[in-house]
Amino acid sequence: MKIKNIIITFVSAIALLLSTSVVSFAKVVGDKIVLGAAISLTGKYSSNGVHTQNGYNMAVDRINSMGGVKVGGKTYKFDIIYYDDESNPKRAAQLAERLISQDKVEFMLGPYSSGLTKAIAPVTEKYGVPMVEANGASRSLFTKGYKYLFAVLSPANLYLDVAIRTAVELNGGKGVRIAQAFEQDAFSQDVRLGILDAAKETGSKIVIDDKLPKELNDMAATLAKVKAVKPDVLVVSGHTKGALTAIRQIAEMKVDVPMLAMTHCDAAKLSKQHGRNSQYALCASQWHKTLTYKDKWFKDGMTYDADFTKEFGYAPPYQAAESSAALLVFKDAFERANSFDQKKVRDALAATNMQTFYGNIKFAPGGQNVDKPMVLFQVICDDSGKCENKVVAPLKWASAKLIHPIPKWSER
Amino acid sequence: MDFLIFQAPILMVQASMDGILLGILFALIAYGMALQWGVMNIINIAQGDLVILGGYIAYFMYLYGIHPAWAVIVSPIVMYFVGIGIYKLVINKVVDRDLFISILATFGISILFMQLMNFAFGADVVLANSGYGTTMLFDNSVTLPNSKIFAAVVSIVFAIGLVIYMKKSKLGRAIRATAQNARAAKILGVDTEKVYAATFGINAALCGVAGALISITFTIHPYMGLPYTIRSFMIVIVAGLGNLPGVALSGMGLGVFEEFADYILGTEFRIGSVFLLLVLILVYRRFKLSKKREYLK
Repeated sequence: MKIKNIIITFVSAIALLLSTSVVSFAKVVGDKIVLGAAISLTGKYSSNGVHTQNGYNMAVDRINSMGGVKVGGKTYKFDIIYYDDESNPKRAAQLAERLISQDKVEFMLGPYSSGLTKAIAPVTEKYGVPMVEANGASRSLFTKGYKYLFAVLSPANLYLDVAIRTAVELNGGKGVRIAQAFEQDAFSQDVRLGILDAAKETGSKIVIDDKLPKELNDMAATLAKVKAVKPDVLVVSGHTKGALTAIRQIAEMKVDVPMLAMTHCDAAKLSKQHGRNSQYALCASQWHKTLTYKDKWFKDGMTYDADFTKEFGYAPPYQAAESSAALLVFKDAFERANSFDQKKVRDALAATNMQTFYGNIKFAPGGQNVDKPMVLFQVICDDSGKCENKVVAPLKWASAKLIHPIPKWSER
Repeated sequence: MDFLIFQAPILMVQASMDGILLGILFALIAYGMALQWGVMNIINIAQGDLVILGGYIAYFMYLYGIHPAWAVIVSPIVMYFVGIGIYKLVINKVVDRDLFISILATFGISILFMQLMNFAFGADVVLANSGYGTTMLFDNSVTLPNSKIFAAVVSIVFAIGLVIYMKKSKLGRAIRATAQNARAAKILGVDTEKVYAATFGINAALCGVAGALISITFTIHPYMGLPYTIRSFMIVIVAGLGNLPGVALSGMGLGVFEEFADYILGTEFRIGSVFLLLVLILVYRRFKLSKKREYLK
């Protein structure tokens, strides 16, 4: 009697375990396509991680409410399993393993930041799981020959390329003198390589080339050198901290440069923290709401901006916009593949050629998006001290004229 | 290698001034560390996180429209009680133990603080604007942000105030007595438990002042604390324990050294060169010590 009881309990426990794992975890359950994503909801990337998640969720809701994804004559809806990677690459790689081997997810969305994408890509590659990522721009992601990695954003080496070219153009096609300060992390160093390439092609000269240690938040020495050397362009990339520090110290030390170009100004909300001191800074951005790209789901940038603001209570940074675009790419690929076979979906992704509100998307063999230029916006303030970001380059998308050279501090 | 600084000697003035102003601020943090290291034999890994927490107090005052300079008064008061709280909860259980245990405990506190600050204030880099403007010297070729000068002056005032307090007040004398010999002090009626709590509180208060000044001059972020811990640790190592003027001097010296390294070797070697200097100093000390030992033989 006792043994019988034990056996019954044991069998039913196993049955229960099997039933739950079968019902809740599979790539396509009923009418749901389940995607997996490890996102930094805590830790040092948590603010951008949340932007990424909001961008994903926004697109999932929109696509589902507008008819979902049609594959093989049947309509499916998107669903995402999220895990918190704690901004930690090791954890992200573990979670990717878990999503694929335990949760049986067959399609992945990317995490936030190049570092975490680098940690996850080998895992998705190993299992042949197609991953569309929206927040890993490091050039090294696209030189490893990954077959299942697709990035909707422009690679890091193109971030400030357009700034150098604009400066050269304004200089009558002659090369310019460039001062640059980059943090020593993978992303900023990729941006630096892009500048070196652009300088070589345009015959420009690098006169200051500082590498900022990660733990440093004082740029006084670099800026004193800039004052002494008087370059035509000053380029700074060091995430939010670098952007905020540069603006503060340039204003305090009254450094006059004709052109100041930076990354991460959007996230830094420069003008909010620094007001008029941030005026005239040029910021590289993946996306800006005034760009006139269009699609069926979000219409255009302005509508996306309004809808996102209504739903989440803040204006979407480009990190959110590109994350939404990743879902549009997946939907498009599923429909063209007309199948859930990973290989077929992968091939469909590779053949993507579409326009979204975020920009044109077409992947190079390495997986990076080559059909969307970076934009530069300039912080421009009116007399009341209200500042706005205006797109100034490339000229095709410009909504305001670039102010160049930057007025001297003594004349402001 | 870059010889810009020799071609434009005015940069030497700029580098020295920047280094000294920076060094004074770091010395204030190191001062707190030296104090509790000397008195309680505790190396506080959470030192930098206390600094950042102090910085957030200034930031929130700024956010609510109060000038962040007032934080140099508010922040130490708040942080004093935070310090006492940490002492009562954790430090009093490890104060008589091995140095290793206290390092582990404060390391834990450091991680906890980072995560809590990240949870409470978000992962954005923030700063408080003082709007103090700039002092220009030598026909604009040397610029000194007034916020840095303000930070240095406040640091000096607090440091001098503390020295006087330690010399004159009853608690100050009790702290010094405990530092010299805790057992003897106890026998002579000093309540060492109270002394320890006060020391930890004073250290936290100094961190609070420094944090407020850092949010005015630089930027703060929940995970930015560790560099301040390491820096103050180095200043104390160079100066030696119980040598308060030495702490001030070594703080300024390291600041200037670092600025010059930046100009001559390049920014990427700035922090590396400071560490190299630390290693050299430790090796030199060891060398001197071993000589003494031989003599004793």
